[in-house]
Amino acid sequence: MKGFLVISILGVVAMLAEIFKFKKILLPLVVLGILAAYTLNFMEWEHPFSISYFQNMIAFDKVALAFTGVILITAFFWFILANSTYENEPHMVDHYALVLFAITGAIMLTAFTNMTTLFMGIEIMSIPLYVLAASKKNKINSNEAGFKYLIMGSFASAFLLFGIALVYGATGSFDLNEIRAYIASNPGNMPSFFYAGVIMMLIAMCFKVSAAPFHFWAPDVYHGSPTIITALMSTVVKTAAFAAFMRLFMIGFNGINETWTGILIVVIVLSLIISNITAATQTNVKRMLAYSSISHAAFMLMVILANVRSNLSVNAILYYSLAYSIGSITAFGVLNAVTKYGNENFEEFNGLGKRNPLLAVCMTIAMLSLAGIPITAGFFAKYFVFTAMMTTSYKWLLILAVLTSAVGVYYYFKVIIAMYFKPATNEEPVEIDMGGKMVVVLTALITIIIGVVPSYIAEMFSN
Amino acid sequence: MLAGSLIIFPLIAAILVFMAKGKGARNLALGFSILQFALSLVALFQFKHNPASHHLLLNCTWVKSLGINFAVGLDGFAMLMVLLTTFLVPLIIVTSFKNTYDRENIFYGLILLMQMALVGVFMANDGFLFYVFWELALIPIYFICLMWGGENRGKITFKFFVYTLLGSLFMLVGLVYLYNNSISLAGTKSWAIQDLINSGRSLGESQQSIIFWLIFIAFAIKMPIFPFHTWQPDTYVTAPTQGTMLLSGIMAKMGTFGVMKWLLPIVPLGIEKWGGIAIGLSIAGVVYGSCIAIVQKDYKRLIAYSSFAHVGLIGAGILTATAQGLQGAMLQMVAHGINAVGLFLIADILLRHTGTRDIDKLGGIRSMNGNFAVLFLIVMLGAVALPLTSGFPGEFLLINGIFQFSATAAAFAGLSVILGAVYMLRSYQSIMLGDRKDSNITFGSLDGSDKVVLIIICAAIIAFGIYPKALTDITEPAVKALMQNLK
Repeated sequence: MKGFLVISILGVVAMLAEIFKFKKILLPLVVLGILAAYTLNFMEWEHPFSISYFQNMIAFDKVALAFTGVILITAFFWFILANSTYENEPHMVDHYALVLFAITGAIMLTAFTNMTTLFMGIEIMSIPLYVLAASKKNKINSNEAGFKYLIMGSFASAFLLFGIALVYGATGSFDLNEIRAYIASNPGNMPSFFYAGVIMMLIAMCFKVSAAPFHFWAPDVYHGSPTIITALMSTVVKTAAFAAFMRLFMIGFNGINETWTGILIVVIVLSLIISNITAATQTNVKRMLAYSSISHAAFMLMVILANVRSNLSVNAILYYSLAYSIGSITAFGVLNAVTKYGNENFEEFNGLGKRNPLLAVCMTIAMLSLAGIPITAGFFAKYFVFTAMMTTSYKWLLILAVLTSAVGVYYYFKVIIAMYFKPATNEEPVEIDMGGKMVVVLTALITIIIGVVPSYIAEMFSN
Repeated sequence: MLAGSLIIFPLIAAILVFMAKGKGARNLALGFSILQFALSLVALFQFKHNPASHHLLLNCTWVKSLGINFAVGLDGFAMLMVLLTTFLVPLIIVTSFKNTYDRENIFYGLILLMQMALVGVFMANDGFLFYVFWELALIPIYFICLMWGGENRGKITFKFFVYTLLGSLFMLVGLVYLYNNSISLAGTKSWAIQDLINSGRSLGESQQSIIFWLIFIAFAIKMPIFPFHTWQPDTYVTAPTQGTMLLSGIMAKMGTFGVMKWLLPIVPLGIEKWGGIAIGLSIAGVVYGSCIAIVQKDYKRLIAYSSFAHVGLIGAGILTATAQGLQGAMLQMVAHGINAVGLFLIADILLRHTGTRDIDKLGGIRSMNGNFAVLFLIVMLGAVALPLTSGFPGEFLLINGIFQFSATAAAFAGLSVILGAVYMLRSYQSIMLGDRKDSNITFGSLDGSDKVVLIIICAAIIAFGIYPKALTDITEPAVKALMQNLK
């Protein structure tokens, strides 16, 4: 909770930086603030004193704290990475404030216990992102991205609200635990519009995590937005959306699995097939990463589908989010440096192995991790999904997951092949600032470290 | 502790070599690989002295809640394969001395990393650890082929990678299924090999069949076995010589070794039901590979196909699950590993000295360099399994084992010996004997490093041909134990 407060205050402080002329020290301030938030968050983990706040609107239980931790770690790296992009940007202060507000919304999503806080969290997170996506004012792609994201996002929010209203109509409560209790005490006795409400909420959440067939916004938005904002969307936002998805369906609607599992299977199958096949045909690395993020969403949804012994699922999603976020930060960091002067096509990576060996190695590690090769974090992430699925009756989904993973290797390795095998179109070395280099190397190292020693995160929730 | 150091040492060596500069890297790599060989000899001494010694086992917790342990150990099979690996890697490094590669430190570092993964695969006693090493072995060899390979390497190495990765993912699904069904002594799920074996055996025939195919596909692709072999010839030809040696000399053995340790004892009913078909496929590959080898013009490609045929025979022998088949397979794995390195080195020497590997263009080299002719002859005879060369006892036992399974299968497998003699002798005749076909081609004296490697290989071929007992002594108890386990 304290971490949450620190981040929201930080957002307000960032807005004042222009007026009180401390723009120069804003970045150190923000980074220190995030570190402070992380420390407070960690202390709360060690000594929880009050779990729920504001009449049960929000509850920072251990699950929420763990996901907040993941978000704060990624945010920390993100800000250092973003420095080089925003250094000479006249509206830097506004950008920082918007990002901090988006993070506030994201943290809220990890901890909501009430449907109103769920809705508020989603809006607080999304509205800054609509603006940020369109922040390259004179680029038509960026405008398109912002506009598309706004329209699609509002559409999803409408679905969510409608769903919430229907569920409220049936159960008489916004509180997740009360809804759960109500379902348990009236088995098979719910009005049909309640189920319609649940399914509408499912659809809205699938929009937010960009699972097929609700993914149409993702490639264009990822492609059009400034690279650094895409990095934010595919890490912090993804983690938060999944934390919310998990909370909503594994706590709130746990009692009526059979209503939503069927739809979820269709979503997963479509996501796996569409994303991987489309990603393989992309020529633009950013679009490829966008489609691949849909496939990762499908993997995380599988854990929610498996929904076995909840601690196992929470561990799996937590580990997956962390592995995916860290890998993405590396990938986008390198992408940002490589494509500074050109477009984002695969050709830009040609000969990177010679032009900047360090970046090439880090990118290789990130790609191996996203493809799920041992000993990187991505492998354990996939492995946890496999073990979770093995205990369900949907084992056949695993075969599909394996086949589509092999397709995944194809497009991730296209980057590696370009870096080491294709001759460089442009011989000059790729420059990256000190902060960016540090982030890329550190995240690549973390990918390896949590891939070799996964126990700490994988055993976070043991009962 | 000794067991652990066999894996850790090459890892540390690889990191040090990565950091080395210039020519220092190759000498450093050679030094480390020789030390590693010495280390495995120490292990062999310990093994001979007391096979149950705790020095040969290591078991520490990796991920406790998931029952994953870092459990490695040396039984007879693993001991022999580790010795083969540590024996071949220094030779492979020496063979590279006449080639110039850019970024040498990365090249040799990757070879040592590969050695670590290979040793890990052979020693793992934990299903999860086995899988991790199995995948880990793929990454260095992929980069070796991608960065230093020949023409069109991007596409070819990529096909190789996706093929093998797809296979291993199926294996992972199979292993996770076994793990989910396992119960250790403590009552929890466990990845330990014995628990996985118990888990597999408790399943019914239909489930065992599914597991059999899930796991077998991974091994079949790695060996490779017909019809999963299409990645192999192109990859062997395109890879740099040292990469090819690693691939065919050691990496192909990962598949055969895997069948022996991770498939036979786990799904006996699956083997009973589907083993026949798998043996049929292997033998079909043997005949098919040999026939294609006969018509090859490129000598390296010819050896690639012959390698495919030989490994197919080993696979068939193992799948019969007879003592002769298993023992023969172990012998043949060693013999073929040594032979393959020799043959691919010869292909490399031919290319370096004459600028071509085309069998039709070469000729009369014996008259230009008699020493090379003799060494080539010995290696070639080892490959056709002449009595008193290392290829013979293994091949004899393998065909013996297959005969116990089915006489027809043995007849077809026997064809491979004849066909092998055809393509090997014909190519030798065309390259070495007769008159020079192209007067521009000259062949000077051998380089020192090549000579040393070829002499060591020839000595090994003859020594193990005359006294195969040195090898069978190591594996005998393990074969017995495995046969006991299969009953």
